[in-house]
Amino acid sequence: MAGRVDALYFFLIGIAVFFSLLIAGLIVFYAVKYRRRAPAEIGADIHGSLLLEIGWSGIPLLITMVIFVWGASVFFAMARPPDDALNIYVVGKQWMWKFQHLDGQREIDELHVPLGRPVKLTMTSEDVIHDFFVPAFRVKADVLPGRYTTVWFEPTVPGRYHLFCAEYCGTKHSGMIGQVVVMEPSEYQTWLSGGAPEGSLASAGAKLFADLACNTCHRPDAQGRGPVLEGLFGKSVLLQNGETVVVDEAYVRESILTPSAKITSGFQPIMPTFQGLVTEEQLLELVEYIKSLQGLPQVPPR
Amino acid sequence: MAGTVFLPPRHYLNEEYGIASWLLTRDHKRIALLYLAGVTFFFFIGGAFAVLIRLELATPVGDLVSDETYNKLFTMHGVTMVFFFLIPAIPSVLGNFLIPIMIGAKDLAFPKLNLASWYIYLIGGLFTTYAIVTGGLDTGWTFYTPFSTVSSTTKVIPAALGIFITGFSSILTGLNFIVTIHRMRAPGLTWFRLPLFIWSHYATSLIMVLGTPVIAITLLLVAAERVFHFGFFDPALGGDPVLFQHLFWFYSHPAVYIMILPAMGVVSELVAAFCRKPVFGYRFVAFASLAIAVLGFLVWGHHMFVAGQSVYAALIFSILSFLVAIPSAVKVFNWTATMYKGSVAWETPMLYAIGFIGLFTIGGLTGLFLAAIGLDVHVTDTYFIIAHFHYIMVGGTIMAYLGGLHYWWPKISGRLYNEWLAKFSALVIFLGFNLTFFPQFVLGYLGMPRRYHAYPAEFQVLNVLSSAGASILGVGYLIPMAYLMWSLRYGHVAGSNPWGAVGLEWNTTSPPPTENFAETPVVTWDAYDYHAPAASQT
Repeated sequence: MAGRVDALYFFLIGIAVFFSLLIAGLIVFYAVKYRRRAPAEIGADIHGSLLLEIGWSGIPLLITMVIFVWGASVFFAMARPPDDALNIYVVGKQWMWKFQHLDGQREIDELHVPLGRPVKLTMTSEDVIHDFFVPAFRVKADVLPGRYTTVWFEPTVPGRYHLFCAEYCGTKHSGMIGQVVVMEPSEYQTWLSGGAPEGSLASAGAKLFADLACNTCHRPDAQGRGPVLEGLFGKSVLLQNGETVVVDEAYVRESILTPSAKITSGFQPIMPTFQGLVTEEQLLELVEYIKSLQGLPQVPPR
Repeated sequence: MAGTVFLPPRHYLNEEYGIASWLLTRDHKRIALLYLAGVTFFFFIGGAFAVLIRLELATPVGDLVSDETYNKLFTMHGVTMVFFFLIPAIPSVLGNFLIPIMIGAKDLAFPKLNLASWYIYLIGGLFTTYAIVTGGLDTGWTFYTPFSTVSSTTKVIPAALGIFITGFSSILTGLNFIVTIHRMRAPGLTWFRLPLFIWSHYATSLIMVLGTPVIAITLLLVAAERVFHFGFFDPALGGDPVLFQHLFWFYSHPAVYIMILPAMGVVSELVAAFCRKPVFGYRFVAFASLAIAVLGFLVWGHHMFVAGQSVYAALIFSILSFLVAIPSAVKVFNWTATMYKGSVAWETPMLYAIGFIGLFTIGGLTGLFLAAIGLDVHVTDTYFIIAHFHYIMVGGTIMAYLGGLHYWWPKISGRLYNEWLAKFSALVIFLGFNLTFFPQFVLGYLGMPRRYHAYPAEFQVLNVLSSAGASILGVGYLIPMAYLMWSLRYGHVAGSNPWGAVGLEWNTTSPPPTENFAETPVVTWDAYDYHAPAASQT
């Protein structure tokens, strides 16, 4: 991705240098060639040229449309993470970055990723707007409270890279920095097995699911008062108002915090809100747990 | 120009004396000078903040001021420069002084409203100054929510109130200009005989009247959420933080055109006068102003390409942003073509005009980098953005403002300044400006985020260059302040038309009488028509 962004950048530098030199050259040339030689001298009686106007509107229009299409194609690639991307969750808060790996590792201000594999980050903020920016990967995305945004990159060279918060977020904004550590896949495996005492993210979610007694209503046997969650993630469900919605991270989050917003058809709006009872990090654990409930219904571990 | 020239016995400056004659004046020329005092005051306040910012950034660690203070410095630099200098500067000073004279009128349509605008500006300025001296503001000039409504502990309310109030001065000035240009043109002065300065101010006024109410409402919503916890923007209260950005940029992007369109008008006048030639493609330049004003309302989303808006919204805003570049390019090409076979005089105002065209071209071309969405993702919120908009605001608007001030200074004051010093300071400003802001393009591409109090050591060299440039630029701005003041008393008397330019403002005395013209002129010639004998009284 960095290569694609840089190619566009150098193309634009070429355009910018060409037109800057053209304009500056003409101005200097005319200023010298037509400098006033007598105090009463006046300029030639020239008013304009339709042909020139069409030319210097049309040619820049064509050039800008080329840049538009080029920029848009790069942007599309940035907006679509590959399916096999490694998922990592990010929570930003004043003034630190918290990372949650699927295997359960948690990090602050340092993100370890393997070489040669696309990495997709699902991000949210606990307080104000932050922005996840790794200049070396040419990626940047706002991290918003109350919402999930995603960003993806594929590291190609091992090493340590700057991570900056790029959206002003208060007093220690310039201290909300960290490092992305890109490791050889084997080293990454070693690092992963290094420590996750609480088990995987999904298992932490499962424990929380039981602790919050979610499982009294959301039962795998379809006998509960709430919808069955097994195999639900990624599917679309029919709502009471006749609309359909795809079950994604944002929908799961909303259904936990504001259950009455989108009621699944055939169910009563009886679920209480969990606003204030679960943190952003716990929400992500629950999301990951529900994601893990694919295939055949299974009894959640107690 | 030959022979001894004397000041006219009676003019707007010696019509009356005393404080009250200024504070209660309804003369658009005196009100322009009141505005000149106001915007100059805020320019130097905002400049002082900039000096401290650049001093802090000379070293990578935060050492001169604390992070809290640094955040306040860049916020207050932005607030004072944008709302109290850049937006009012050219319209309220040069526009106020010149619009009635250029169209052969005695005053603006609503002289009392014009004075009221200045008082409203002053009251707004007092609120914001109060916010500054009683602890300051740390939200950034953009007031992004929910930081500004929930998190910041600084003086958000008085600062926002100051901007809210000042907005009304903008609206009233715009209204006054629109009505004046429609209703008070001299006999024979048709739309296509108007100087391009008038066209660009007309386009600017439309934006002022239509756009400013939106920022006013937005700031009220910020205040309401902050004080009464109404949930507009904070998700914890059920609001949407991105909604604020839509509302804010719906005004603040067009506001960029409030700053640059009048500057383009000034440059059209300067290029024509110092080439003694009509502006090439007059109608295209005139309509380009209107096209910019209209398209400018449709591109706000390009400030939010990384804010989580939909991919398709980003595409639309990207293509519209490229379209708004076309009328700007048309203007640059037409100014350049105007110089062809002109009689080019290298006087100070022309140096500023040439500086403007060059710097605005760079500012505009780097705008293409930002409109290209895939590239914007990397450079937005970095020093690349800072460099880009300073090329437009400082390299564009301030260069044109200073060029215009030098061009019309003999008309305003009746006297000439020291030409040698003026040329020298124009050169200092041009060099200082480029040294300050060019390195920031590189810094941005390398990844240095904006609004950083401390930064990784590898960025230091470029930051030191930038700070060195800023000190040169600062000196460059002080020199004109000194010799223009000096010229008020000791400058040579200018005479009514020291440049040998055409335009109604050069057909009256310098300084003009309070009523501008002894008798209403009848216009039978096109703008910048150096070949029509009636146009020139050189």
